Amino acid sequence: MDSLALGADLEPEPVVDEHSTVTLHVNGDPTTLTVDHRTTVLETLRESFELTGAKKGCDHGQCGACTVLVDGRRVNSCLLLAVAQDGATITTVEGLADGESLHPVQRAFVERDALQCGFCTPGQICSAVGMLREAADGHPSHVTGPDTAAGPAGPVALDADEIRERMSGNLCRCGAYPRIVEAIEDVIE
Amino acid sequence: MTTQAPQFPGAPVVRREAREKVTGTARYAADRAPSGCLYAWTVPAAVAAGRVTAVRAVDALAVPGVHTVLTHDNAPRLQEPDDPILAVLQDDRVPHHGWPIALVIAESLEAARTGAGELHVEYARDEHDVTLTDDHPGLYTPEEANAGAPAVRVRGDAERALAASPVQIDATYRMGALHNHPMEPHAATAVWAEGRLTVHDSSQGSTKVRESLAQAFGLAPDAVTVVSEHVGGGFGSKGTTRPQGILAAMAARHTGRPVKLVLPRAQLPEVVGHRAPTIQRVRLGADLDGVLTAVSHEVVTQTSTVKEFVEQAAVPARVMYASPNSRTGHRVVALDVPSPSWMRAPGEASGMYALESAMDELASALGLDPVELRLRNEPETEPDSGLPFSSRGLAACLRDGAARFGWHDRDPRPAARQEGRWLIGTGVASATYPVLVSRSTATAHAAPDGALRIRVNATDIGTGARTVLAQIAADALGVAPEAVQVDIGSTDLPAAPLAGGSSGTASWGWAVHKAAADLAARLAEQSGPLPAEGITATADTEQETAEEPPYARHAFGAHFAETAVDAVTGEVRVRRLLGVYAAGRILNARTARSQFTGGMVMGIGMALTEGCGIDPAFGDFTAKDLASYHVPVCADTADIQAHWIEEDDRHLNPMGSKGIGEIGIVGTAAAIGNAVRHATGARLRELPLTPDTLLPYLL
Repeated sequence: MDSLALGADLEPEPVVDEHSTVTLHVNGDPTTLTVDHRTTVLETLRESFELTGAKKGCDHGQCGACTVLVDGRRVNSCLLLAVAQDGATITTVEGLADGESLHPVQRAFVERDALQCGFCTPGQICSAVGMLREAADGHPSHVTGPDTAAGPAGPVALDADEIRERMSGNLCRCGAYPRIVEAIEDVIE
Repeated sequence: MTTQAPQFPGAPVVRREAREKVTGTARYAADRAPSGCLYAWTVPAAVAAGRVTAVRAVDALAVPGVHTVLTHDNAPRLQEPDDPILAVLQDDRVPHHGWPIALVIAESLEAARTGAGELHVEYARDEHDVTLTDDHPGLYTPEEANAGAPAVRVRGDAERALAASPVQIDATYRMGALHNHPMEPHAATAVWAEGRLTVHDSSQGSTKVRESLAQAFGLAPDAVTVVSEHVGGGFGSKGTTRPQGILAAMAARHTGRPVKLVLPRAQLPEVVGHRAPTIQRVRLGADLDGVLTAVSHEVVTQTSTVKEFVEQAAVPARVMYASPNSRTGHRVVALDVPSPSWMRAPGEASGMYALESAMDELASALGLDPVELRLRNEPETEPDSGLPFSSRGLAACLRDGAARFGWHDRDPRPAARQEGRWLIGTGVASATYPVLVSRSTATAHAAPDGALRIRVNATDIGTGARTVLAQIAADALGVAPEAVQVDIGSTDLPAAPLAGGSSGTASWGWAVHKAAADLAARLAEQSGPLPAEGITATADTEQETAEEPPYARHAFGAHFAETAVDAVTGEVRVRRLLGVYAAGRILNARTARSQFTGGMVMGIGMALTEGCGIDPAFGDFTAKDLASYHVPVCADTADIQAHWIEEDDRHLNPMGSKGIGEIGIVGTAAAIGNAVRHATGARLRELPLTPDTLLPYLL
């Protein structure tokens, strides 16, 4: 154990009854809570924080309805165990607006009617926010041409094909995709 | 019945709940956690036929946090439910794979799920039969198909006319089961308090859910409240009561605590209904000018042993094209399979895939343009009933769509256009959907301070019901839509029918219009301040909706598709999809466009990726989750456009509207299939058009 040279401040919390204490920074506020090791970030957000914007559409990372931003990156929160996210900064759809002023992506979704039943919408919006940052950071997608991949040096220009490809982890059974693409294009412009 | 000219401008008013939906504050059935709430997990049957002989719950109950395990041995007894799919945990019979056989209830979802994994279930298995064939010995002709359609209709002598026709098409089309998969899984949160039951249920119509719950639990309807404030889609699978509300209410009654139940995604296909597989034989006879002399559409489909549901796929052939001789019929076999039910445009979506593919085959055989073929067979009256159409915009949709799409530049030869490795083709198909309407009630209230409020138990499953009802009321009251409050989504409101059959807006809107018009008249008579309680106008459209006008009433549409087929992999991409609809007066251009294009997107899935088989060995669906059952994703949707032609139809309702929620899917799959045939020369007659089915024709 000595070789691990854990400092006192890194001593893990003792495991008691398959629960642990973690601190999550959700929408700007740090909260320390005890979580069941089986509990996902999604379930924690919904049941412990009562932030029910993130939705459980499949619980298997197949639909994207649970998408939130963890440390700025979009993730399927149903695939993350809360116990493994100690110290993480989490932004949910409830944390995107600035008071009464909607986030530009939220505003564009309203204006373009980029939603119908609304169940996938929080995930779509968080995904779009994360996706815009990925492109700005130069991450290529499946449809990014070898000549246009900018790499870390610069952003990837997002045309409709890029947006569609990058948003394809978020299912919408109402079929709002055409309007979702338009909404994201509005934000880029 | 003739109503006054409609006055609705169809303004593209932004949907009212959009802000709640983009900020995550719109609450769905599982978004509530009443104090002391328990969590439930359903355990599905692992055999396709037989009996549960033992459920050993010792290990499950030993899981920390597990409160109770309900099975048919200890679950609350129900009165006979109004739908046999709701008779869950009542006896040991397993009618199909996935039938709920136990409910594990725990202090947390994790504990409930772990407990379910520790449940040991023993079965006495029976032989099962889950395979539909068109010569199955159990096939029979039902009394009627879904929606009360006669199972068989005959005009003239189709057999004789077919034999005598110089041009004949005889083709059989197949599709597997399709799953609704709304993004919100079916969920219910149930609370019993002081003899009253309150359920937040994911439903397309809570009035019906309340009836079912009251019946099942032996309660007066007014002892039950069902709330469906926001609903994450349904597409038919939440149209009537589904088991989740019954199970949650049972668990809450048994435990004395609130219970939340969300059906796991992979359990949905076997519990909430699906579009039944069909085998459809279509025979067309025509003269050399392409004028139909005979139409025969024979449908073979399956139902469960729990209930009879017959996908009415031959019904649209009774509406579409003139022909002196016609036979349309349905046969069904009860298999050991989950109960089929409504999925977006039941009957029309599957039936028009077959009929419109056959029309394309006929056009090819004649060397005639497929748009022209359809125009040559426009009927004067509805072929089956002989009734005049209240309006029939099909020809206008075809012509307008052809112009918008650039159809007339098309080289009709198949496999004639290639761009690199992509084979390019275009296709067309017609669409139709009936005009349905049901009785509804509503109230319109004016408060002394001038506030106007509409109350009606409509349900918003994503259509924008609040918004369009505000527009309808505002028009009758002569105010701006923003001046009208609209309360929907609870059985505490005036009773109203479901959001289904593309009839919600017509049904609710009629009652809202009537109440609002009555209120406007009473306000006009009022002199001086309003009484302290305000003025309330109550409307019930029982009489209006019971009238059967002497017209055939349908919406129509035309779909145009451009597809690119990868000659190397067989992958199909839909480059362009354009729909033009004739659906009466469009009441909100913004939300209507979303519904039309949404139906088209679902049609892309039906054409290219969706379809589910049943494993003959185990009797379960082979694609139960969203990783295996492929609904369309954003990358599948390129250029999708919906347009409409203005219709002034005075024989519908005071708004002049037809339904728009389903017709978008109806012709899409056939248009895509026809485009793939044009691109490749290959006529596939089975959906979906997956690469493995196309590749043999490309090599």
